[in-house]
Amino acid sequence: MTIIKVADLDFCYGKFQALIRVNLEVEANKITALIGPSGCGKSTFLRCLNRMNDLIEGTKAKGRIEIEGKNILSSKVDLVDLRKKVGMVFQRPNPFPLSIFENIAFGLRIHRLAKGVELEQIVRQSLEAVLLWDELKDKLKRSALSLTLEQQQRLCLSRLIAVKPEILLMDEPCSALDPVATLKIEELMQILKKDYTILIVTHNMQQAARVSDATGFFLLGEMVEFDRTGKIFTAPQDKRTEDYITGRYG
Amino acid sequence: MTRMKNRFLEKIIEAAIFLSGIVAVLIVVLIFIFLFKESFSFFVKENMLAVLLGRNWYPISDPPQFGFLPLMMGSLFVTMGAIVIAVPFGLAAALYISEVAPAWLKDILKTGIELLAAIPSIVLGFIGIVVLAPLIKNFFHLGSGLTALAGSIMLAFMAMPTIVSIIEDAITSVPRSYKQGALALGATHWQTIRRVIIPAAFPGIIAAVMLGIGRVIGETMAVLMITGNAAIMPTTLLQPVRTLTATIAAEMGEVIRGSSHYYSLFGIGLILFIITFVINLIADLVLHRRRING
Ligand SMILES: Nc1ncnc2c1ncn2[C@@H]1O[C@H](COP(=O)(O)OP(=O)(O)O)[C@@H](O)[C@H]1O
Ligand SMILES: [Mg+2]
Repeated sequence: MTIIKVADLDFCYGKFQALIRVNLEVEANKITALIGPSGCGKSTFLRCLNRMNDLIEGTKAKGRIEIEGKNILSSKVDLVDLRKKVGMVFQRPNPFPLSIFENIAFGLRIHRLAKGVELEQIVRQSLEAVLLWDELKDKLKRSALSLTLEQQQRLCLSRLIAVKPEILLMDEPCSALDPVATLKIEELMQILKKDYTILIVTHNMQQAARVSDATGFFLLGEMVEFDRTGKIFTAPQDKRTEDYITGRYG
Repeated sequence: MTRMKNRFLEKIIEAAIFLSGIVAVLIVVLIFIFLFKESFSFFVKENMLAVLLGRNWYPISDPPQFGFLPLMMGSLFVTMGAIVIAVPFGLAAALYISEVAPAWLKDILKTGIELLAAIPSIVLGFIGIVVLAPLIKNFFHLGSGLTALAGSIMLAFMAMPTIVSIIEDAITSVPRSYKQGALALGATHWQTIRRVIIPAAFPGIIAAVMLGIGRVIGETMAVLMITGNAAIMPTTLLQPVRTLTATIAAEMGEVIRGSSHYYSLFGIGLILFIITFVINLIADLVLHRRRING
């Protein structure tokens, strides 16, 4: 089932066009990887999907992005609902300088989704979902900043999961982590994809090959090729894709 | 050759900087010793507890009464009033400047607030007498507008620049990633401010409050002009009061050198010194802790 459908998406930072006619269909409950050299527009594309680019002055998006059939580029879209549905994890883990508990309760509180016992239950479930509960159940009052980077990134995921999103956007979620922690996060992604649709930006091609079901290759703002991951890495159709995955690009 | 010379020069500069630092600390210590020495016999003779808890300040009656309590209460009322007014406004102004205002307005506002700091306090006191006091008098139907409230409002203006610029600093240094994280979770701008930015900037806010108190409690001339200058125990902000600082300023000129009254003023000075010292210490600790946790 297609959950995200992007059609002829153009995106500009002022006069600079960062995305050019991007077309893409993302399957639900799959992991979709976006690869490409630095500065080719991967993060920009990801931020279009939850309209985080709106925060940057002078930006403009044209075209269509349908999520579950609704065009989210429409001015009528409720950004609060959109961002609840489409959660985002950043390159550097960014837990709030609050307790572990309050980090996860944050989304539940601002959206008034739960309180009291129910809130505590959801916090627990969210921590269980990212396999942190056993480690942290006695330390919920500790500052989230005292955790290791890997734990922090998991916490950021669990903070999203608490508000029951459908799509998880991950912008190089492992670039601040060591290889062991990276593998652990990848394992977690495999578990999470049963319940969520995941888009991951990575410039680590092995990671894309390991974790994803589909892969899109970006170059200079264009989506050069989009296909099943196996196909992209074994039989790319475009010469530029082949050059990139064989390491002939920067 | 030149290298040797540079070395030598560096040593001299190092020594000069070290000396300046030591001298600054030394002067503070000397002032403390001086105040302590001058007021020690007074506190012994008049019984320290009776002084600190005494409710009557009649230094030239016979027998004189040296109760500091009305003066301390005067300072407390005026200071607390000023802080209660200045902190909400200061926080709001700092939030507006750092989170809401467009870039061009930001600079204008910041400059404006710095200019507020440049107004001599005596001028503010003057405006207070001419403008503020009549307003208070008419609004509350008082005999005179020269009250603790008038002092509080005016001191709030004086503390505002300190408070705004420190809070603004604290807010600006909150990492952008916190804000992004909150917004990406669907938080509104206001929810982000209230639940993430203010908690993250909290140590800075406390430090701002402390330094604001320090600024306010040491203010003298303007307060002397506008608070009505009556050394009585206040019960509301609508009464005239006399602060610790105003007492020294008003009485030092006429006091007989070497009298108990003379030494009592040093005692007041010592109390003031200790209060400001403790407040600055707290502000420092809070700011320092923030840096460690940073
Ligand atoms: N806030 C911004 N303002 C202007 N240009 C930007 C901004 N963010 C990114 N860009 C430009 O858009 C292009 C794509 O950037 P980005 O999406 O961050 O690439 P990637 O994530 O693939 O490395 C780059 O050329 C970058 O310089
Ligand atoms: Mg990027």
